[in-house]
Amino acid sequence: MLAYVLRRLLQSLLVLLGVSVIVFGLLHLTGDPTRLLLPLEAREEDVRQLRALLGLDDPLAVQYVRFLSRAVRGDFGLSFKHQIPALTLILQTLPATLELTAAGLGLALAVAVPAGILSALRRNSLLDAICSVGVLMGQAMPVYWLGLLLIMVFAVWLGWFPAAGRDGLASLVLPATALGAFSMARIARMARSGMLEVLAQDYVRTARAAGVRAFLVTYKYALKNAAIPLVTIVGLEFGILLGGAVITETIFAWPGVGRLAVDAIFSRDYPLVQAIVAMLATIFVVINLVMDLVYTYLDPRIVFVRSKP
Amino acid sequence: MSRVSFRAAFGITVLLLMGSAALAAPQIAPWDPGRQMLTKRLRPPAWQARGLWEHPLGTDHLGRDILSRIVHGGRISLGVGLSAVTLSCLIGVSLGLLAGFYGGRADALIMRVVDVFLAIPYILLAMGVVFALGPSLLNVILVMAVTRWVQFARVVRADVLSIREREFVSGARARGNRSGRLLLRHVLPNALTPIIVVATLELAFMIIYESALSFLGLGVQPPTPTWGWMLADGRNYLATAWWLATLPGLAIMLSVLAVNLLGDWLRDTLDPRLKV
Repeated sequence: MLAYVLRRLLQSLLVLLGVSVIVFGLLHLTGDPTRLLLPLEAREEDVRQLRALLGLDDPLAVQYVRFLSRAVRGDFGLSFKHQIPALTLILQTLPATLELTAAGLGLALAVAVPAGILSALRRNSLLDAICSVGVLMGQAMPVYWLGLLLIMVFAVWLGWFPAAGRDGLASLVLPATALGAFSMARIARMARSGMLEVLAQDYVRTARAAGVRAFLVTYKYALKNAAIPLVTIVGLEFGILLGGAVITETIFAWPGVGRLAVDAIFSRDYPLVQAIVAMLATIFVVINLVMDLVYTYLDPRIVFVRSKP
Repeated sequence: MSRVSFRAAFGITVLLLMGSAALAAPQIAPWDPGRQMLTKRLRPPAWQARGLWEHPLGTDHLGRDILSRIVHGGRISLGVGLSAVTLSCLIGVSLGLLAGFYGGRADALIMRVVDVFLAIPYILLAMGVVFALGPSLLNVILVMAVTRWVQFARVVRADVLSIREREFVSGARARGNRSGRLLLRHVLPNALTPIIVVATLELAFMIIYESALSFLGLGVQPPTPTWGWMLADGRNYLATAWWLATLPGLAIMLSVLAVNLLGDWLRDTLDPRLKV
């Protein structure tokens, strides 16, 4: 068990190292970072000054090591646009993003898990049919379109919720719905197929044959086992939602990391872009590490399965 | 069973219709998609008051015909989607084959790279790269493929891990086949099913992905009409012209839905145990 935990930790560190290479490379894509960081009409003198400031005349490897040693300490440099450390900006906006993501995920789970399980228990019923149409629609609707439709109907026409901004619970409803819809569809689908799989297991049949009441079979035996795979999905889903927040925040003018990132890209503020990509990737890696360990705790068999080469 | 076939038939029909409409766009679109008719700005679809039958789905803020723009936009969405899937399939399948077949260090290295790409918020990475390199058609396709190949690599690797242990592989090896030939002639053909299914589901994803980049202003640039760009335009007219932000999105949803239905059907028919 300990060996497994250590191995997973090491793996996560390696992944973060890889992330740092890509994040570093982002600035060097065009060959000359100053062309990316400065507007086209920048003076030759400014270009030279920036090169000296960023140490761009050093060999690439030296630059990377310097970048990495600073990044490990959370130092991604000053945001060009805001002139304050990139990390500070992220920490200011991160709560809003986490709030939105958690709300989206919470909403998705709250709707999808019961819906998926009920569909599995009442297979081929009207409810099952409605759910499966919902799942198909949810998986096919891009978040930016759903967001626009929600704004149009519930903010512009009906006036029930604000169309933009972050101001209390009411302003969270529309963005969380738009963001959570896709995950809702996926989780419902997996909860349904997971439950169907468990219901077909021998121990469920045995429990039934032994005269255990149907209610107990469903809620005590089947549900518990169907819930385990959902734990890993939640970790992955959280990462997907963090990415999806980029678009959702842009549509709803939600003051989070996603909107900060989009803004940073268009204003050529690449130190900030680098910091945000690195931060979101780190959050993803940590969450998945934790989820994996929780999963191992819930289902110890997994260590042996995964340990095989 | 009958319901599954109905779904598949629906998906295939919609896909064929949209595909041929996109291919034949210059012939069948009633108007030039870029033609501005300022006297007929913001006309609603024909069935509403003030609608015009010559513009069945209405016009936008510059008086351009929505139907023509949607039909032309399909060329970009479906064309870019198909190209990106093909490219990401080539990258992902090659690396997945190598990782699964050779194992050891190659496998460890490739799988860590896969983990890195899974961890990075792909849409941000794509935006950063497209902005840096310039939003051309080729760059958009490249970025989409480079950020999504991992989906293929994971599935192919997992499949190859079990295929390489099968008897026909050791048999072929014993007959003196070299690794390259073994991979292409014996392993790859047996891994085709998951590749086909993933490719279909990825096509659906790529359509959404392309529109997202367009929506954010980093896709194929105007005046070429794209569905994502049309939605972004419609954003400013949510209160006054509902059709601008609704109809292009409907086109995206229909095409994604159709491809997903096709993908589900392929999976259920080819290999119901497949988990992708």
